[in-house]
Amino acid sequence: MAVLHGKLMRGAVGCIVIAGACFCSAQRAQAQTAIDVTIKDHRFTPSEIHVPAGKPAVLNIKNEDATAEEFDSSALKIEKVIGGGKEGSVRLRPLDPGNYPFMGEYHEDTAKGVVIAE
Amino acid sequence: MLATLLIVFREVIEAGLIVGIMLAATRGVPRRGLWVSYGVVGGVAGACLVAAFASEIGELFEGSGQELFNAGILLLAVGMLTWHNVWMASHGRVIAQEMRQVGAAVVAGRRPLAALSVVCGVAVLREGSEVVLFLYGIAASGGTSALGMMAGGVLGVLAGAAVSALIYLGLLGIPARYLFSATSGLITLLAAGLAAQAVAFLQQAGYVNVLTVSVWDTSWLLPEDSVIGRLLHTLIGYSDRPSGAQLVVYGLTLAIIVGLMNLQPRARVVSPEAAAEMTSSP
Repeated sequence: MAVLHGKLMRGAVGCIVIAGACFCSAQRAQAQTAIDVTIKDHRFTPSEIHVPAGKPAVLNIKNEDATAEEFDSSALKIEKVIGGGKEGSVRLRPLDPGNYPFMGEYHEDTAKGVVIAE
Repeated sequence: MLATLLIVFREVIEAGLIVGIMLAATRGVPRRGLWVSYGVVGGVAGACLVAAFASEIGELFEGSGQELFNAGILLLAVGMLTWHNVWMASHGRVIAQEMRQVGAAVVAGRRPLAALSVVCGVAVLREGSEVVLFLYGIAASGGTSALGMMAGGVLGVLAGAAVSALIYLGLLGIPARYLFSATSGLITLLAAGLAAQAVAFLQQAGYVNVLTVSVWDTSWLLPEDSVIGRLLHTLIGYSDRPSGAQLVVYGLTLAIIVGLMNLQPRARVVSPEAAAEMTSSP
């Protein structure tokens, strides 16, 4: 019985991994637009980011504060921690025209911004 | 201080919900407390490690290490939850029967407690590493407000733990007869939600580039950032703007777990009448 269950478990895990893998394309999409964003004194600069609608883009975020910040946006479906003094890239999926607010989760009151797809 | 309390509170409650469900699912199993403790303690230790090496992890895989790491541990949890549910599908009835016969002192040592231990650990690790980073940031920034904010953080942990305990006690209110099917259902939805979150991370990292468009937008009705939105996000994987791929994986995970559970040979079940006779006899 134990062997059978072991197999079933591996089968279950395998199925899920395969299901996941089917959605992974062999190559990662190359984004066309790259925008530099800086975090300093727990604020984003620029805090208003314009990207072309319908095209993927990349935000290269540089955290000039000493402490970590989490770029968080449920509208953009992104959560990404960027360490103090570090840089991180955030990939934006192709967006419909509109406004997509984001924030720094660790300093919600000051770290705010919006991505505008047009 | 209040802002700190709220941030820590909502991270703790996300992990706490999952631990609460794991505890409810293992009601009456000997040594389950020990296994869940291993998971939580391991998760806290892991959270500190992950926080300490956050930047290093992030720099792996062309800057997508963090997303891949998150997706990986989420999928690990999905696998463990699947294993548990499939195991329960074949043994749960017998255990439920025994519980009625001999009370809570059930001997079910073969149960895959390690799987649930891993799930607790992963939940604590994921949410905990964010809390550690956040609190570390406060401590490092120093100043007079740091102490107040630290106090807020500690209160946030306590409040989150208290609410999690209430949820656990609420689950215990479910009669033992229904507890297994209730927790199996909860775990299935939880696993599907975690799988969908893993897809979101893979999409964020650019590894999944199909069906990226949001299928619906219910952020006007129930924002994912609200308290209820977050609870539902953790419990059943609610998203106010799910992508097509997330929905597909959510559905697939549900189908796979339910399918595997139904494929299990049913263990021998003693009829309720016979069980009642056994308990009532001296």
